[in-house]
Amino acid sequence: MSYLVEIWLAASLVALAAGAVGYVVVLRRAAFAAHALPMAAFPGAAASSLFGFSLPAGLAGFALGGAALLTLVQRSARRDSATGLLLAGFLALGALCLSLSGHYAGSVYGLLFGQVFALGPEDLPVLGLSGLCLPILLWLGLRPLVLSAMAPDLMRVQGGQPRLAELAFLALLALAAGFAVPVTGALLVFSLMLGPGATASRFCKRLETGLLFAMVIALGLVWVALGLTYMTNWPVGFFTGTGSALIYLLARLKTV
Amino acid sequence: MNAALEVSGLSVTQGGREVLRQIGFELPRGVFCGLIGANGAGKTTLLRAILGLLPSQGAIRVGGRIGYVPQKLQLEPDMPVRARDFVALGLDGHRFGLALPSRSRTQDVDAALHAAEAEGFANQRVGQLSGGQQQRVLIAYALVRSPDLLLLDEPLANLDIKAASEIVALLKRLCATRKVSVLLSAHDINLLPAMDRILYLADGKALCGTVQDVVRTEVLSRLYGYHIDVIRVHGRILVVAGGNGREHDHDPVHVSAIP
Ligand SMILES: Nc1ncnc2c1ncn2[C@@H]1O[C@H](COP(=O)(O)OP(=O)(O)O)[C@@H](O)[C@H]1O
Ligand SMILES: [Mg+2]
Repeated sequence: MSYLVEIWLAASLVALAAGAVGYVVVLRRAAFAAHALPMAAFPGAAASSLFGFSLPAGLAGFALGGAALLTLVQRSARRDSATGLLLAGFLALGALCLSLSGHYAGSVYGLLFGQVFALGPEDLPVLGLSGLCLPILLWLGLRPLVLSAMAPDLMRVQGGQPRLAELAFLALLALAAGFAVPVTGALLVFSLMLGPGATASRFCKRLETGLLFAMVIALGLVWVALGLTYMTNWPVGFFTGTGSALIYLLARLKTV
Repeated sequence: MNAALEVSGLSVTQGGREVLRQIGFELPRGVFCGLIGANGAGKTTLLRAILGLLPSQGAIRVGGRIGYVPQKLQLEPDMPVRARDFVALGLDGHRFGLALPSRSRTQDVDAALHAAEAEGFANQRVGQLSGGQQQRVLIAYALVRSPDLLLLDEPLANLDIKAASEIVALLKRLCATRKVSVLLSAHDINLLPAMDRILYLADGKALCGTVQDVVRTEVLSRLYGYHIDVIRVHGRILVVAGGNGREHDHDPVHVSAIP
């Protein structure tokens, strides 16, 4: 497989997962959590290079740990400030790990803003697993994931467990965010999730079609961004970030 | 069990305070009961305790399934959920797995929408409906599993008089035709005459009876623990609660009117 095809495939898989999970983020109004969890993955990447374990393990491990912490924090009354503090803590931890690992500047830039061209063929299986499995899991869980955020009491009365749904959601979000970090960077994962998700939720009339539409938009966005990056040599995160905002602005023009 | 709901010796503590103290009442089948009380009297607490959403002491016996319309439900305009899909969540929205379209599912949803008179806007996004239409969709949601008891938490709070009386009329029809018992909470007692019974909540205590039974000077005074006047003028009922027996207190604590 040629190098460019590998990059293209990896980015596409990340886009599918990010688009799907971003849609649920929008429906659950969990944008802040979606911003914080990629930050939790960031020290994971740094620690993997420092201690020499695999990058996917570092990303997934730290993102899932972050999701667990976030679950604890969200029970507190001041969940906004608590989430914000957690986010700052993750960033600080990542900065420390990177600084200790000795290649600070370049890695910081890559992990925060994306270094898609640093991906190798060994990353593909893991990315493939997340790109295909996460959307399927989200599809299966779409209704409880939405109901538990919209009306937790109604869900409880019916015999469901909104807490469990919240935990499942944060875990899926953590995995999608963690694996997207190498491609778009921790700061810009967020953009790949929210733009397509918000657009799809405005345009679609049904939960399931919205999920598909968000994935398609995210995929298109990443393809265009990769093409532009190839032509201009500008960072891919720049194009996904601005593209995502642009798509959402256009969607806002349509009155729902 | 004959009654739709039997509550006895129910106490609920919220935030270190005993919000409900030794409450007891009984709701027969097919009866429309108004749960009345000032803001903070414990109406939401009582309904959530009946639903098992709050830890409580005492006995609560429910003779069948419960349908619930919660007090605060934000239905956002950009939710990609049609009214009929929302009602379908009431059937199996709490379960993981695919919602396979089936005839019985569709039939249940259609029947609930029909009973709540919400068919006309069933295919619109639920967040874009008017307040009165959203209440109908919420009632359809509560009806979709064919409940025997319907608990509604301040469903009339944000509606104008016309929309509110339409919802009350709809609920009254449900009581009559489906033998559903309805317990509807409200902080003001405007639509009381439509109800078969009143459950009056104040100071952690409850009193149950007909409008004529409950809304009387001596009954309410005993319930609140201080003097309350019930005044009938021009066919309307005014409830005026004054200070602790002080004759010249000009700050009414609670004034309610029944048309
Ligand atoms: N989660 C809670 N924690 C502490 N106090 C609560 C909580 N929920 C309700 N309360 C208190 O219980 C009382 C009854 O509240 P509520 O049942 O919501 O009243 P109502 O529905 O009649 O307006 C209020 O004084 C309120 O402050
Ligand atoms: Mg209330």
